[in-house]
Amino acid sequence: MKKFTKTLTCVIAASAFATVAVADEDAKLIINDELKIETNVAASADSPLDELFSGWVFRSNETQLMQMDDFDNPSFIFVEQAEEQFAKVDGTEGKACATCHEDVASFKGLRTVLPRHNASTGKLDTMATLINDCRTDRMGAEPWKFSKGKMTSMKALISLQSRGMPMNVAVDGGAAEAFEKGKELYYTRVGQLDMSCANCHEDNYGNMIRADHLSQGQTNGFPTYRLKNAKLNSIQGRFKGCMKNIRATPYKEGSDEFTALELYVASRGNGLIVESPSVRN
Amino acid sequence: MLLRSLVAVTAALISTSALAEGTAPDAVAFGEDGQVMASLTNVAGDPAAGKKYFTNRKLGNCLACHVNDDASEQSFHGEVGPELNGAGSRWDEAQLRGLVVNSKKTFEDSIMPSFYRAKNGARTMEKFAGKTILSAQQVEDVVAYLITLKEE
Ligand code: HEC
Ligand code: HEC
Repeated sequence: MKKFTKTLTCVIAASAFATVAVADEDAKLIINDELKIETNVAASADSPLDELFSGWVFRSNETQLMQMDDFDNPSFIFVEQAEEQFAKVDGTEGKACATCHEDVASFKGLRTVLPRHNASTGKLDTMATLINDCRTDRMGAEPWKFSKGKMTSMKALISLQSRGMPMNVAVDGGAAEAFEKGKELYYTRVGQLDMSCANCHEDNYGNMIRADHLSQGQTNGFPTYRLKNAKLNSIQGRFKGCMKNIRATPYKEGSDEFTALELYVASRGNGLIVESPSVRN
Repeated sequence: MLLRSLVAVTAALISTSALAEGTAPDAVAFGEDGQVMASLTNVAGDPAAGKKYFTNRKLGNCLACHVNDDASEQSFHGEVGPELNGAGSRWDEAQLRGLVVNSKKTFEDSIMPSFYRAKNGARTMEKFAGKTILSAQQVEDVVAYLITLKEE
């Protein structure tokens, strides 16, 4: 799993690998003793990655275990809040989500195809923009702020309906331009530390970077409950954090840049299984 | 004659006062293989201080990527780069200085940050823009520390 371009590094680092404690990379993810989720799947022929790994693989045993039972997964407190919100009338039209979408299960599969090009707006829809479109246009309610509690909780509830299904975003047709833009962003070195997403998540997944075990930076687990901040985190919120760590000014959540990047990163994980809502450190 | 030596004296004065700050990042001269022969400050590096910058997460944070047994009291040594045990035997002072100042002159496209370079990646946060990660003297201190990492 270690990918080194320089043999020099390879030889010298091989001994380092043995001395640092790593998580059990062969552990199996089975949720509630019944839903088996494959965390290592084949990559498509045109993928820059040899094989795909869920971020779950790289977490510590304790963190992995928390995601294996919905009672232990703190995300479910927020999922329950979203269930109440789903049924609650809000806005000038006197409607709740449930007025139009009787059963939240009707959203099965939606998570796997987002972000998705919208031919009528010419832009990408994300789960956040779809939720806010319903709130503003159909309910007459205030839009929710990206990454704030109500939004990430609702995303978790809707994403949960696709748990166990493979990611499958489209990158052709109207999405092609955003895909290219996202790809460019992924490989651009930014910040005072001068690194790209690929430096860490393509070239070095499986390696420790100080106390962090680097994953492929996949999005199949989002929203994700992070022990670090004890809340649900959005995909673009995570991008923000990674950029800040390398001392780069992040793009705004919901910006064209981050939405294009979200599409591109999701496409790198096409075939990986949706785990949302996951647990990470 | 007199005039010429006056000029020389003034020039010497200017360059010493400039050296208190250290050679400007843009003015650092690299050898063919990325090495930097001249000290950035002409003040001998302090290995003990260098070790602190090496481990400090807000300064060098070299441990983020490198195993270093000499710093075994610190937990979590990264494995993105090669182990630095014995680095002071494998590389000479000029090479080590070059690696810390701007590793990309030695290893093309390295992931390793350039610790003494005026311009870094795009969108560098305002508070770090135009600033080097380490000061000139901190670079010298880290280099002095690396030299002490001899092969057993
Ligand atoms: C300096 C190294 C570094 C860089 C550069 C970096 N990241 Fe990360 N990223 C991390 C670390 C460390 C984590 C937490 C552990 C993990 O999942 O890899 C992380 C986590 C993630 C995750 C969460 C994965 C999961 O399963 O929970 C995503 C998504 C991600 N990064 C995307 C990106 C993107 C996109 C970029 C570029 C804008 C980027 N990262 C740049 C270090 C980095
Ligand atoms: C984000 C990762 C990263 C950080 C941080 C980092 N390095 Fe490196 N370093 C590398 C990599 C990777 C290499 C190997 C060259 C390559 O493949 O690009 C390397 C190579 C080196 C070498 C040559 C080692 C050898 O024996 O071949 C030295 C010396 C070195 N680094 C010192 C430092 C010092 C000192 C610091 C902190 C001031 C530091 N590094 C910070 C990634 C890093």
